Amino acid sequence: MADLEEEVLARIERQRKLKARFRDEHITMAHGAGGKTTHTLVEGLFASAFSNEALDELGDAACLEVDGAMLSFSTDGHVVKPLTFPGGCIGALAVHGTLNDVAVSGAKPLFLSVAFVIEEGLDADVLREQVAAMAEAAQKAGVPIVTGDTKVVERGKCDGMYIVTAGIGLRDPRVSLSSKTIKPGDQILCSGTVADHGTAIMLARGELELEADVESDTAPVWELVRALIESAGSDLRVMRDPTRGGVATVLNEFAQEANVGMTVDEGAVPVNPVVRGACEILGIDPMYVANEGKLIAVVGPESADAALEALQSTPGGEQAAIIGNVQEQPEGMVLVRTGFGGTRIMDMLIGDPLPRIC
Amino acid sequence: MKFVDEFRDVELARALGTKIVSLTEPDRHYKIMEVCGGHTHTIYKHGIEDHLPENVELVHGPGCPVCVIPMGRVDDGIAIAKDPNVIFTCFGDMMRVPGGNGSFLDAKAEGADIRFVYSPLDALKMAVNNPEREVVFYAIGFETTAPSTALTLMRAKAEGIKNFSVMCNHVTIVPPLKALMESPDLRLDAFIGPGHVSTVVGCRPYDFLTKDYNTPIVVAGFEPLDLLHSISMIMEQLDEGRAEVENQYGRVVPWEGNLRALQVLQEVFELRPYFEWRGLGFISQSALKLSDAYSDFDAELRYATPGVRVADPKACQCGEVLKGVIKPWECKVFGTACTPENPIGTCMVSSEGACAAYYNFGRFARSKARADA
Repeated sequence: MADLEEEVLARIERQRKLKARFRDEHITMAHGAGGKTTHTLVEGLFASAFSNEALDELGDAACLEVDGAMLSFSTDGHVVKPLTFPGGCIGALAVHGTLNDVAVSGAKPLFLSVAFVIEEGLDADVLREQVAAMAEAAQKAGVPIVTGDTKVVERGKCDGMYIVTAGIGLRDPRVSLSSKTIKPGDQILCSGTVADHGTAIMLARGELELEADVESDTAPVWELVRALIESAGSDLRVMRDPTRGGVATVLNEFAQEANVGMTVDEGAVPVNPVVRGACEILGIDPMYVANEGKLIAVVGPESADAALEALQSTPGGEQAAIIGNVQEQPEGMVLVRTGFGGTRIMDMLIGDPLPRIC
Repeated sequence: MKFVDEFRDVELARALGTKIVSLTEPDRHYKIMEVCGGHTHTIYKHGIEDHLPENVELVHGPGCPVCVIPMGRVDDGIAIAKDPNVIFTCFGDMMRVPGGNGSFLDAKAEGADIRFVYSPLDALKMAVNNPEREVVFYAIGFETTAPSTALTLMRAKAEGIKNFSVMCNHVTIVPPLKALMESPDLRLDAFIGPGHVSTVVGCRPYDFLTKDYNTPIVVAGFEPLDLLHSISMIMEQLDEGRAEVENQYGRVVPWEGNLRALQVLQEVFELRPYFEWRGLGFISQSALKLSDAYSDFDAELRYATPGVRVADPKACQCGEVLKGVIKPWECKVFGTACTPENPIGTCMVSSEGACAAYYNFGRFARSKARADA
């Protein structure tokens, strides 16, 4: 009997290793949620159609070499309802989102581009407000917006406005980041409280009849990245910003790409108590909720304490913590040690995080 | 978090674990079924099985109201949702449940106006705010959620809201328990009783388990310590040879239930002669429909639905898996026709279902079992 079980397991593993194929008939919201369905779309359609050396890495930003210059290049589309929410707005998000994708590839962001898709009838003051927020965010980060584009679509064709940004940065020569370099024994660092952004948005939509004081964490992470590079140097293996799909998705990507196991100590993950309460009521795990100003880093054991200290003494990283570590087993999986003394598996998200009724 | 962390204390958990071990006969294998999907969630979320000795097995029962909805009922819902004048509303976790031809999420992508709500009252509010549209609420759940559907219908009637109706899929807890006990291939030692359902129905309806089947049941709360505590109460009963209905969740569940809620259910609903459960088949008198007094609000009367029974594929053995008679990997369609991406049966639909969990983590569970041994 055990052999039959082994056979079934082996068959499932073979199927999993097959290249993702995109065979869906329609695009559903799950394709944009950042979990398994998004991966199938990205890998099965986009990556296979556009395949090239820089893209095939599928990092947050593409790493390019042009005449000896080590560049990082990324783009990000922003659609959010409502346009303004506690702690931020779509304009600030559009700047930080791309800056952070560039930054976590180990590159200092240099230039940004922006394209607006605006709905006919949008109150011009709303647009002015968002543009002012973008200008302020870009100025604070010290990264100029150097080119752009404008399109207007008919009423009802988009939710007020969408913003697409792209960014270029110069990679720091002291690090060469890749999830492939993750080794057993490495430590996992989180730069601050998780789930603030996604929770703030859910509450701001006002559909929940739940009131709580939660602000989005939208912010640039470059200073945190710099602190990590300076404190951990080549012991810094890889970083990623846990946006859609949250920390859980990033850790699953790491575990699968490096073929290692990861264990997270649930009690060590910083979560703002109000956010924890709101997630508890909604039946949503904060580990799957989006962040917009945080990063997850994997650091070699010798440099982990120094890296943690460096994060904690950088503005925005005060609540940084070591949240887990890397082992050999179980390959490609993330385990959580619960505060209750048990263990569970933290899987990748299948669709959107949907509130549970039971 | 105050009033939450107190129920998640790891030292108390260890003490309860030790007590459970001391009540266990080493050569006996115990099978305890938690009926409620909420309990299954707590068990996974907090890793409760790690506190139990290996010969105490938790069998995850049929109490996830989303997973038991059969394919035909999803198809009927989609048929209504495709009416261009309809705003179709349901709970969030219902969106992914597959019908014979896709889920609500797929129908939404194809253009149906399907929105998820947190309460039936939100759906009613939507009807008031969109007087030119018809709002349909797809009601699911056990006796836990049925009273809120009932109150919403009472309000709709009182306020004369005409553009609102309900497609009722409410189910009741006792008939599936009876069906499980009657199945010849299943032997359970005890039940962990559903906490939230019991706030409404009370503890009396479970008497038949102790009287007719000599099987203990302990109604339990949803915090991890509640579950360990209820398991230790079960082990005490088994150790002393008792079979009683006990209430571990006394801080919420009154023995008599919620009389006002029961009265409301009585007024708004009546029992269906039979209802199909995904994985379990037809069970008589196991679900509710709107009573004659509320038939004006019955979406099944207001709209034409295909009403076709889409049979679970013959090879699907969810029933046996649910009852713990076979392991997931012994099912004929497991991992081939039935996967988490394209689930057939209830055990694969929910990420906490026995088959989905095994599909994703079977290798790990196996190596862990080997390491423990």
